[in-house]
Amino acid sequence: MTTIEIDHTSRWFGNVVAVNDVSMTVGPGVTGLLGPNGAGKSTLINMMAGFLAPSTGKVTLDGKAIWRNEAVYKEIGIVPEREGMYDFLTGREFVVANAELHGLGDEVARKALATVEMEHAQDRKISTYSKGMRQRVKMASALVHEPSVLLLDEPFNGMDPRQRMQLMELLRRMGAEGRTVLFSSHILEEVEQLASHIEVIVAGRHAASGDFRRIRRLMTDRPHRYLVRSSDDRALAAALIADPSTAGIEVDVSERALRVQAVDFGRFTALLPRVAREHGIRLLTVSPSDESLESVFSYLVAA
Amino acid sequence: MYDPTVARLTYRALLGRRRAAILFVLPVLLVVIAVAVRAFAGTDDQVASDVLGGFALATMVPLIGVIAGTGAIGPEIDDGSIVYLLAKPVKRPTIIVTKLTVAIAVTMVFSALPTLVAGLILNGNGQQIAVAYTIAALVASIAYSALFLLLGTVSRHAVVFGLVYALVWEALFGSLVPGARTLSVQQWSLAVAEKVGAEGAIVSDVGLPLATVLLAGITVAATWYAGQKLRALKLAGEE
Repeated sequence: MTTIEIDHTSRWFGNVVAVNDVSMTVGPGVTGLLGPNGAGKSTLINMMAGFLAPSTGKVTLDGKAIWRNEAVYKEIGIVPEREGMYDFLTGREFVVANAELHGLGDEVARKALATVEMEHAQDRKISTYSKGMRQRVKMASALVHEPSVLLLDEPFNGMDPRQRMQLMELLRRMGAEGRTVLFSSHILEEVEQLASHIEVIVAGRHAASGDFRRIRRLMTDRPHRYLVRSSDDRALAAALIADPSTAGIEVDVSERALRVQAVDFGRFTALLPRVAREHGIRLLTVSPSDESLESVFSYLVAA
Repeated sequence: MYDPTVARLTYRALLGRRRAAILFVLPVLLVVIAVAVRAFAGTDDQVASDVLGGFALATMVPLIGVIAGTGAIGPEIDDGSIVYLLAKPVKRPTIIVTKLTVAIAVTMVFSALPTLVAGLILNGNGQQIAVAYTIAALVASIAYSALFLLLGTVSRHAVVFGLVYALVWEALFGSLVPGARTLSVQQWSLAVAEKVGAEGAIVSDVGLPLATVLLAGITVAATWYAGQKLRALKLAGEE
């Protein structure tokens, strides 16, 4: 049982606050760190990995400070987001070097390469690898010492669907073995498929915490805005506003479109095509106008 | 205090990069100059001393030192691959001392060895000039490596600063401005050469005792400080 504890931790760079008074506990199992780009996820992971000192607060591994403490790396395995990784080595040389730095031998390196299924390309130079292959070799390098904590910064970036499934399966297995696995992502679906527990970070703040059902509900229950164009906007507006799933409609004259605010996402998406068909109205455009992740997250922060 | 894996990675990084070409070009240039001078001017102790002091010790040794010293750590910090060394239960000062050892070895091989060869070609080690400058190059290799390794640890523009130091301070001011000479690795190592060479063959502005203290002091201080910097190295995210 290994637990990372973040206690009232902030981190600023000059006068930019990257992480703002965050407290959370990351325990065994798979935890997803979710947030839009630039939210402070990497800063948080860098503090958990001992690569960055907290400006205030404490980041500890089973009670021991992580910053300036090389001994914690016996417990922690790290898969960084950056690509720099001794490109002039072959995959095997790279993983063997990582094993040696832990005082371990070739055997564990071989095993780690087998775990990520990279044996077929292990004797090629890393410079010739695809992004997914690099990611898997990084993963192997983090697994050589069988760490009880695994930290991964945006591990699925640039992976194809098959590689993604493979890595998810591997992380799930590690979580089930009782290891503490934390990964960051800006994609809700990714996190929801894999993580049993989700921590949401928005603009440096800890916005939400819980299992994915809770987070999903928070995200889908918010009002949704749509831009709708049809063959008869006013008739459509009248029909829609009669249903309780629609909270408001504005006729945008300059855009020649309707701006619809829906409260019940599921019900509204079923309602719109049905109403249109019943009234013989043709839908020309239906586009969500606030689906950007930023707006989803900012809604969460306000919640 | 020495990790063979870190050393292996550092050697391969240093000698495998394109920058390493300069490591080979400069020594070859020195030997070519030596051969040419010998062919046209014959054996002359003063000329030999001028070539070894003016080109080998004043220009080549610091340049090789910049490439080896900064190259032993700078690129890894730049591209972030240093995380694979830092995220290990290996003491940070051990990483620095290992990298310093590699940088010193590379600088010695690519600067002191060609200095000896060039010296032998120039005047067959008359008045101990070849050996004296070789020893000066060996001593300077240690101090330069430590200095530029520190530079590579603290600055992203280590090569530029290193070149400015090597070329402007050491080569230009060090040869022209008397005051600057006291604070120059080149003059300190010349003090060692002065002792080895025949009476009056090589002259330094700094006495041997002071030079020894400064050489040892700068090496130890730079290495210690680089170790401290690496312990607190912040790998800022790219957010």
